[in-house]
Amino acid sequence: MSPDTAPILNVAKLTKRFGGFYALDGLSFHVAAGEILGLVGPNGSGKTTAINVISGLYAPDGGEVVLDGGSIGGVASHRLVHRGINRTFQIPKPFLSLTVRQNIEVALAYGRAAVAPPDMAALLDEYRLTDVADRPAADLNNAQQKMLDLVRALATRPRLLLLDELAAGLNPAELDWIAERIKALARSGVAIIVVEHLMGFIEHITDRVIVMNAGKEIFEGKLAVAVQVPQVIEVFLGGEHAA
Amino acid sequence: MPSALKHMLFIVAPLLAVFAVLPGVYQNHLLLFNFVIFLILAQGVNIIYGFTGYLPFGYVGFFGAGAYGFAILVMHYQAPAVVAVLVAGLVGVALGLLLTPLLRLSGAYFAIANLAASLAVLHFVANPALENITRGPYGVSLTGTFNPTLAYTAALVVLALTLGAVVFLKNSRFGLALQAVREDAVSASMAGVNVVRMRVIAWLVSALVAGLAGGVYAWYVSVFYPDNVFSGEFSIFAIVFALFGGVASICGPIVGVILLYGIYNLIGFTTPQYFQLIYGLLIMGLVLFLPAGLVSLATRRGWHVP
Ligand SMILES: Nc1ncnc2c1ncn2[C@@H]1O[C@H](COP(=O)(O)OP(=O)(O)O)[C@@H](O)[C@H]1O
Ligand SMILES: [Mg+2]
Repeated sequence: MSPDTAPILNVAKLTKRFGGFYALDGLSFHVAAGEILGLVGPNGSGKTTAINVISGLYAPDGGEVVLDGGSIGGVASHRLVHRGINRTFQIPKPFLSLTVRQNIEVALAYGRAAVAPPDMAALLDEYRLTDVADRPAADLNNAQQKMLDLVRALATRPRLLLLDELAAGLNPAELDWIAERIKALARSGVAIIVVEHLMGFIEHITDRVIVMNAGKEIFEGKLAVAVQVPQVIEVFLGGEHAA
Repeated sequence: MPSALKHMLFIVAPLLAVFAVLPGVYQNHLLLFNFVIFLILAQGVNIIYGFTGYLPFGYVGFFGAGAYGFAILVMHYQAPAVVAVLVAGLVGVALGLLLTPLLRLSGAYFAIANLAASLAVLHFVANPALENITRGPYGVSLTGTFNPTLAYTAALVVLALTLGAVVFLKNSRFGLALQAVREDAVSASMAGVNVVRMRVIAWLVSALVAGLAGGVYAWYVSVFYPDNVFSGEFSIFAIVFALFGGVASICGPIVGVILLYGIYNLIGFTTPQYFQLIYGLLIMGLVLFLPAGLVSLATRRGWHVP
């Protein structure tokens, strides 16, 4: 592997238990700078848990998470943010009683962006939050709250960005727009992991996908290939029927 | 003008000036002193509850510990009162450090554990076996340092410092980050905030405030029993006043103390027989109809209240 494609993140044999239940059961994958990796799989397959462990919310019970060659399993979230990891939440989690601007200010002040932190006005503008900048985050609709989650993450200048169902609930025009934004971020060198159920969206923006089932990967490669693999088809159909 | 300066000039300075002048024109100095003590304690509650969301039901523990810290320094080391007040603040901080594990709890569990902790400190101090150190249940008498005028001035200084701390929280990134932690600790950590450290700092600052207040109180009253300085009324009143005015603001707790403690004393003087009833109904009404405090009347209309 040449140095410039060396993965920024390497996940190896990762396990995470809740009681006796293995939410992650030996998950392995990697992602490189500038790459958009799709993480797909039926509900409950462990996608969010994987993001939670990588972003330091949970300590892993086994296996390794390696960032830039150093192990980060169990390191506190704010430290990982300072080292260049950030994320959005499946259900957005803004600071509800603070204004949109204050929400972003916290991340600008405490994110310790490696390079100069981005400009507030530019962030607000790029993610269509200028009009609501001085309103409490509680006043925003779901799509706007998702954008605020994303902007908070971007304010810390992440090199690895984890997006948990960011596109769910957006209308088609918004989907196209956010897809372009994500691709632009990747072009600027950010490694991005995208968890999403909308296969068209995944197909459109990802370079590669990992298909997860029951806490481990069952496929790695192009989505177009994945949909022809019997095991993948079965997992998705089984998931549909079970749901 | 930066808003921190504005807050100091137009809120803190006038309030201090009024309480500096009042003893010259109003005879009931003990009442004025109690006002100042509750202004301090309500802002101390504001710091921990308003900015982090922890409800300190046992807040009086720091106050009582501070009062006894003062007493022990004066009784056993003949320390000057000012030094003893500073030590009282440190005793508050030390107790705060001892209780930091409580910050792992949240909501009602934290409130109850904090209440239990304050009772534990009370019974520790009041233990007859410690008579040589604390005088146990028999109370202390500190006639050597008795000087209500100086003690009142010291209370104003502590109030000034406390208000300064709240103005800082209201106008700084640090205070903003604390509020972020209160709103959503997980998101705050994803904004790069060290959640545990922030909570501990706010907790210790509010413990310091109550410890200093306890020291000043001991100085002023000079004779007291454990049940006086560990009375649950201090916690309840400070919390009710702060909540009534509205926390996470500078003015809210001030307005709360002046109005509610004012009414409390007014009813107490004029119709003591109805006093508990009226006061109780008043507080219930407020909690039901104005849960976010008086300042929310203004903020709901879009007016900014510092
Ligand atoms: N904090 C938790 N406590 C207990 N079980 C959990 C927790 N988080 C996730 N799980 C369980 O782990 C499994 C994987 O969940 P999740 O990672 O959210 O799946 P996905 O995001 O792929 O839908 C689910 O069965 C879920 O119920
Ligand atoms: Mg999920």
